[in-house]
Amino acid sequence: MLKSRKTAAIALALGLLAPVFGLAQQQRTPAQNPPAATAGKLAPARVQLNLGRPALPQEIAAWDIDVRPDGLGLPPGKGSVKQGEDIYLERCAACHGEFGEGAGRWPVLAGGAGSLKSDNPEKTLGSFWPYLSTSWDYIYRAMPFGNGQSLTPDETYAVVAYLLNLNDIVKEDFELSKENFASVKLPNVGGFYDDDRETAEKVFWKKNPCMKNCKPEPAKVTGRARAIDVTPDSKTGPRVE
Amino acid sequence: MVDRAETPLNRRRFLSAAGLAGAGLATGALPSRAAEPDAAITDVQDWNRYLGEGVQAHPYGSPSKYEKNVVRRDVEWLTASRESSVNFTPLHALDGNVTPSGLAFERHHGGIADIDPAKHRLMIHGLVDKPLVFTMDDLKRFPGRVHKLYFLECAANSGMEWRGAQLNGCQFTHGMIHNVWYTGVSLRSLLEQAGVKTNAKWLLAEGGDASMMTRSIPLQKALDDCIIAWGMNGEALRPEQGYPVRLVVPGWEGNMWIKWLRRLELGDEPWQAREETSKYTDLLADGRSRRFTYIMDAKSVVTNPSPQAPLLHKGPNVLSGIAWSGRGRIERVDVSLDGGRNWRTARLEGPVLSRSMTRFYVDFDWDGRELLVQSRAMDETGYVQPTKNELRAVRGVNSIYHNNGVQTWFVHKNGETENVEIS
Repeated sequence: MLKSRKTAAIALALGLLAPVFGLAQQQRTPAQNPPAATAGKLAPARVQLNLGRPALPQEIAAWDIDVRPDGLGLPPGKGSVKQGEDIYLERCAACHGEFGEGAGRWPVLAGGAGSLKSDNPEKTLGSFWPYLSTSWDYIYRAMPFGNGQSLTPDETYAVVAYLLNLNDIVKEDFELSKENFASVKLPNVGGFYDDDRETAEKVFWKKNPCMKNCKPEPAKVTGRARAIDVTPDSKTGPRVE
Repeated sequence: MVDRAETPLNRRRFLSAAGLAGAGLATGALPSRAAEPDAAITDVQDWNRYLGEGVQAHPYGSPSKYEKNVVRRDVEWLTASRESSVNFTPLHALDGNVTPSGLAFERHHGGIADIDPAKHRLMIHGLVDKPLVFTMDDLKRFPGRVHKLYFLECAANSGMEWRGAQLNGCQFTHGMIHNVWYTGVSLRSLLEQAGVKTNAKWLLAEGGDASMMTRSIPLQKALDDCIIAWGMNGEALRPEQGYPVRLVVPGWEGNMWIKWLRRLELGDEPWQAREETSKYTDLLADGRSRRFTYIMDAKSVVTNPSPQAPLLHKGPNVLSGIAWSGRGRIERVDVSLDGGRNWRTARLEGPVLSRSMTRFYVDFDWDGRELLVQSRAMDETGYVQPTKNELRAVRGVNSIYHNNGVQTWFVHKNGETENVEIS
């Protein structure tokens, strides 16, 4: 008795006991305890572990470069279509093509309007992407491919302005800036809706699928991978006879 | 519920269920008689006589040289460069339900980051009371360490098959999945230390690789079961799996499991990053797209036989495969040998865990006739894996992601097996 009380006291002194018990209570399956029950509210831990240290404002500023559709996170700056064209031709066109048409298998950046219902949908900034901030954020953090974070904010505004022009969303004399950023709307912004599989595909929760004589006729082969013949050659793989 | 004590199935019952009753089964059912003594027995082999390598010949061991074909493979025409590309787990050559670390498929967007763990930092900031920075040592001192087995499936797994059978091999059609043990701490326990503000609804996770990939994750999921993991199958994460630390998001699409994790930001709205708008949204037939389709629906595939693992012998054979669901446990797997006309329930073997790959077997006799092999998974929510045509009826063929339709393998009379679509 005395011993166990002593152990608990030591554990508390080390700041260990409460969090350990707290975590043990979280062991559950999602079916028993829907995650919604815990949404959005998390009281500060009862016991501070003194693990880690406060992040400095300069450290947060160095890493926090993400940009949201409402413009939150954009740095000050601006760039024109014309400036963007020069940067694009020098640092982007080798992969994406002079007019955003894409070289080889590299992504196409322009065109594709009206193609989303077709057999060959082309998903570009103009035809598919819902928010302009996505392109600014992505280009600033990860482009040019293999030399990410090398563009300045002004250069990024300029390249994004040029891409808007390639997609016939702004005119040649347009200048994109932090101030007018949120006013630019992309054509397909209304083309997305949240996952609705659990209602739209309710039919797949069948519970008792057919087990016997489920098709009136024997199944017939209607298509074969071999006819397309795009499987990588596996000469060293098992011999098939 | 599946009776897991079921013995290897009754052949007559199975053949009857599969519509194969009355087949002449004499051919190949018995081993052929040896005409000459087998040299593998009568000769003294080198390895019977001469000493083998000593201990420490291979301080970190690797598989036998006779297993050199069991490797990840890629499909070169799929992507423009190998730094932003994918390769595939050789499912046809594996068994059980744990994927060996070196065979777990890879998907990178900016190559494999080569990170010195002593220089790695994990930052939590945004809508928190106290922004924090952790070193790897800090993370490993957290109380409440967890150890969990989960599948990770790329949302684009089977994505090449929407318009029809395209790739010949389950490695290529289904190999963007692995199932490994993770060691780490709950994401919740880190967030508790920072103190999440009440208006926070979303969490941005960012990787420290050259793509600095980001995904927005609903806070409720982050608090429920996500793990900050540094361990994989009992050792450190492999570099290609996010060394020194990655996010584990059980049951949800692999793209969200940010590797080389360096930053977690709390916010009140999703960030609409590239990987959750231009990619990983599901374009439907009407030209609109579903977004935030996180959960991986129940799915299964027969790995043996399959195009890379044909039937080589008549008589007794073991049909095997894997099943998984992002919604929970696998409840049952049914197998058909006649293209879905008749089904029987497979035997689940090994642990059946929530959001983890489950192994199934059907022992059967093959008489050399053509087969159309399928498997159909059912999870604990009552979801039944749809056929590809059922899926296309709802989604069209443009969605790329979340193709969990039933796979068909056509076994020819000579045992050769190919990827087909059927009526």
